[in-house]
Amino acid sequence: MSAASINFDGLTLAERILSARVGKRVNANDLVVVDIDQVMVVDSIAPSVIRIVEDELGGEIKHPSRVSVVIDHVAPASNVEVATTQKHLREYAKANGLQLFDVGRGICHQVLIEERLARPGWIVLGSDSHSTTYGAVCAFGTGMGATDIALATASGKTWLRVPETVRVRLTGTRPPGVTAKDVALTIISELTADGATYMSIEYQLEHDDWSLSERMTLANLAVEAGAKVGLVPPNATIRAAYDVPEWLEVDERATYTHDITINLAELSPVLAAPYFVDNVHPIQTYAGTPVDVVFVGTCTNGRLDDLHIVADILRGQHVAEDTRLLVIPASSKVLEDAVADGTFGTLLAAGATFSTPGCGPCMGRHMGVLAPGEVCVSTSNRNFIGRMGSPEAKIFLASPATAAASALHGRITVAEEVAA
Amino acid sequence: MSTPAFNNPASTNPASSNPIRVWCFGDSVNTDDMLPGKYAPFMVGEDKFHTYAFAHLRPEFAKTVRPGDVLVGGRNWGLGSSREYAPQALKTLGVGAIIAKSFARIHYRNLLNLGVPAFTSADLPDVLEDGEQISFDITTGELSRENGSKHYLPPPPAFLQEALREGSILKYYQKFKRFPGEIAE
Repeated sequence: MSAASINFDGLTLAERILSARVGKRVNANDLVVVDIDQVMVVDSIAPSVIRIVEDELGGEIKHPSRVSVVIDHVAPASNVEVATTQKHLREYAKANGLQLFDVGRGICHQVLIEERLARPGWIVLGSDSHSTTYGAVCAFGTGMGATDIALATASGKTWLRVPETVRVRLTGTRPPGVTAKDVALTIISELTADGATYMSIEYQLEHDDWSLSERMTLANLAVEAGAKVGLVPPNATIRAAYDVPEWLEVDERATYTHDITINLAELSPVLAAPYFVDNVHPIQTYAGTPVDVVFVGTCTNGRLDDLHIVADILRGQHVAEDTRLLVIPASSKVLEDAVADGTFGTLLAAGATFSTPGCGPCMGRHMGVLAPGEVCVSTSNRNFIGRMGSPEAKIFLASPATAAASALHGRITVAEEVAA
Repeated sequence: MSTPAFNNPASTNPASSNPIRVWCFGDSVNTDDMLPGKYAPFMVGEDKFHTYAFAHLRPEFAKTVRPGDVLVGGRNWGLGSSREYAPQALKTLGVGAIIAKSFARIHYRNLLNLGVPAFTSADLPDVLEDGEQISFDITTGELSRENGSKHYLPPPPAFLQEALREGSILKYYQKFKRFPGEIAE
């Protein structure tokens, strides 16, 4: 049955994508088994996935061209154990005809978007919780663990409960200095860390001039409210770049579990204080806190526009004497673009240290882990106890603007104060 | 039809080695608490990673937990990363079941896939005390406390019971080459 014969009236975006895929109208709470357009496997999970596929599922991969492998979580390898698993992973990917994105290509979610391996209306599974990022192009992107990813790799399918939907209406326009990260953290603050558990978040933007990068920040953080997917309806920018199925549009008559409405004009920059992402406060609450490390990067905020924000604040100035600024571009493309347009040079001159495109110290494995007592302002997505190294370190999650202003002063700083 | 909540040959954990110790953890136990990222099996070895379970939150846990012990959480147990090796560490240590007010989505699927029984209860997590001894039958969901009170935990949804009768969704797929609820090709 083709999508043309399905009655999509009154369905949410999540229901529409899953209905189109199974060829009949489905509603929240129905259980569906669906074909997957792309399965993404990262280096840290790959050993388990390969073991399950090989030892328990017969070793066959249904659609090798729909499986991508990204070496990003510890890239380049930090020890012999990691190097050995990555060597095996490369061999396995080549032997089985999987698409391999090796050390330095970048963070899985950034790479899949750049490579157009997530598209409007697609279903994309990733072995990383921030696979909600694909919602930026209105793909049903969701994270799963090793067994589910192995089953999807072997069978080309997965099972899903059709999610209920929380509608997040964003009205008004953002004041200067309020970034996508500030909006995303404010949404999590409103929903709380489990306010959208098992659900889809459907973002409805009244004035949708948001870039692809900003949409990625929004959708990326959907999982921090517990969501299964975070779907951003296609705007003109997305429609210009992708073929968007005609059924993939917001239906005002859809049934939403609940609504929240945020007037962007009333927002100000915020941060998430230790030790939870929904512990959101105005920057002023923590202004003046001495900062040892500022980390700009990750799948949340490591793109070219993020680096531009940081460079604009630091241009011609230097990072504070007792503060280290670590910048890790989200991909090789971001790095190339930042070199080409001078952003890289501006940041280097301001005292930034660069590392290989990838996840960096986000989950405390290498490339700048934190010591006991250290305070980090990070553009990443999690600030749990011990997330970036020592359990006695503190992580404040914030926008690239707040990160840059804080790096400049060596203390948590509101970005507008720098511009003024 | 009487359907056992969990009849799971895939699980190596004893169904009942009563009395069972309760470990209470509270709200928002995340996967970095369960197994910090730097102790992932691909970094420290498949034979060692479980010894770092709750290394930051409760350093004594991995050394003193006994097979069959029950972990009790509040809201949003397992939020955070998709890392299946976090619940795998608990399974390797022999954790018999987890009871929580609610579970994070990816983690809940991981628990089911590993065959670690996961029970949702709105009130029990506030009643049970850290270190207390209970009897718990994971197949019936009957939990008895030392004071004689009995509680019954609800079984998982029918779709999952169909899979769990085979041990896990993985075992189900191995046997039928399809998912529960899927029409055979």
